[in-house]
Amino acid sequence: MKTFLILGAGTAGTMMAREMAHALDLNQWKVIVVDKEEQHYYQPGFLFIPFGYYKRDDVVKPIRSFIAKGVEYVVSNIEALEPAENKVTLANGRVIQYDYLVIATGTDIHPEETEGLKDGGWGENIFDFYTYNGAAALAPAISRFQGGRFLVNVVENPIKCPVAPLEFIFLADAYFTRKGIRDKVEITYATPLPGAFTKPVAAAALGKILDEKHIHVEAEYNTGWVDPSRNTLVSYDERELPYDLMVSIPLNKGAAFLGAAGIADELNYVKVDKHTLQSTEYPNIWALGDAANIPASKAGAVIHFQMGTAVKNILAHMAGKPMPDAFDGHALCYIETGFDKATLIDFDYTHEPFPGKYPMPGVGPFDLLGQTTLNHWGKLAFRYIYFLMMRGIEVPLPNKFSMAGKRA
Amino acid sequence: MTDLANIQFNAEGFMTDPNQWTKEIAEVLAKQEGVETLTEAHWKIIEFCRATGLADGKSPTLRQITVGTGISTKDLFALFPKGPAKKVAKIAGLGKPEGCV
Repeated sequence: MKTFLILGAGTAGTMMAREMAHALDLNQWKVIVVDKEEQHYYQPGFLFIPFGYYKRDDVVKPIRSFIAKGVEYVVSNIEALEPAENKVTLANGRVIQYDYLVIATGTDIHPEETEGLKDGGWGENIFDFYTYNGAAALAPAISRFQGGRFLVNVVENPIKCPVAPLEFIFLADAYFTRKGIRDKVEITYATPLPGAFTKPVAAAALGKILDEKHIHVEAEYNTGWVDPSRNTLVSYDERELPYDLMVSIPLNKGAAFLGAAGIADELNYVKVDKHTLQSTEYPNIWALGDAANIPASKAGAVIHFQMGTAVKNILAHMAGKPMPDAFDGHALCYIETGFDKATLIDFDYTHEPFPGKYPMPGVGPFDLLGQTTLNHWGKLAFRYIYFLMMRGIEVPLPNKFSMAGKRA
Repeated sequence: MTDLANIQFNAEGFMTDPNQWTKEIAEVLAKQEGVETLTEAHWKIIEFCRATGLADGKSPTLRQITVGTGISTKDLFALFPKGPAKKVAKIAGLGKPEGCV
């Protein structure tokens, strides 16, 4: 028997396990997926939890319900990967020898890496919304908030879902407005980027929305440390931002065992070829989703678009054939802009987000870079579509980026 | 004074051909960036950025510089005030460091 091992049963690991259970002869192959969790999180839904729009049951479901038939699911932390030996040691003591390995262990927040963040005010007047627990703890704090300085801060890039901080701010603006206290709240967004977003056309469009909503952007802000005694965030160039309530997006890093295995960059993201998604160090290792160091957004839609490429390339590699497919870096993101509207961006490695229309059979077209109610419903509908996809029901979204409907 | 007349820069002031770079050019660019004197510590960082930048085809990020040189972020900001990754890239004749995506 040969072993196809998948580390991580999140969005990418779950999809890959199903694909391989279908594509491989299970009389010859054992497909194993390992995850430290027993729960699957719909992570795009975390954004809505602090405002009370989603509850736990909307975003948390048992992993077991998404694991395809014929796949062995193991719950354990991962102790070590020894790629030269094709060997993974689990925290529960089990050792797994693999023939092929797919790494899909994602990315996590590390507030402890910023002085004063975790060890001063965390859970009191400093929160995150990148974990379920963080988002749930933030909900009562936002509901209690009666006004003052509301600071949202990105410590360092890259982060998972680079538009999420903006969406969070737009939703907060709408929430405080509806509550009748917006005039008492000073909203500041401190980001290491020169503006609202990385890609110029979208940055200008999103920057304009921030302006209209009277949100102050503190750009090129490299977070240094937090001084909890004065409730003040300080940058390395010593710009001080006082806060009454801070929502921080801490440093994001991949799993530590990947760095120790010598196959990852300084943030523990696995080094892969950005087109084939194969490890640059070991030919029987692939990395998908947030765990890979490709210059694409760390987002669920990107995983969906990657999956076809990865599956075709892995199967070709097994058959000793040249890898037939190249991932183009395609990302598609609905961005909540508040007041039940959303905008949409669609881009890849070489094309930045352009305005125009995104054609979608049956429901579209959706407005690219425009704020519409239909986009908002698209975003909300996506939660249902996501859970269908995790159960193996395909959605008709083309994997490759296309200029159709866009104005360059 | 080194003549920059024959050196090509893009609109944001980054050199477009890293092969045109010399140490003398770095000294002139550093002054333009507000770094009057390049000390040994400055050179250690510039040389690290040259080496990784030319090998990878892109400028290193702040974190790659701190991990690669062992110099803390705080010290980097002291050496190259207000945005060291961008400043070093400029002085080292490399392109603008890529932000996130």
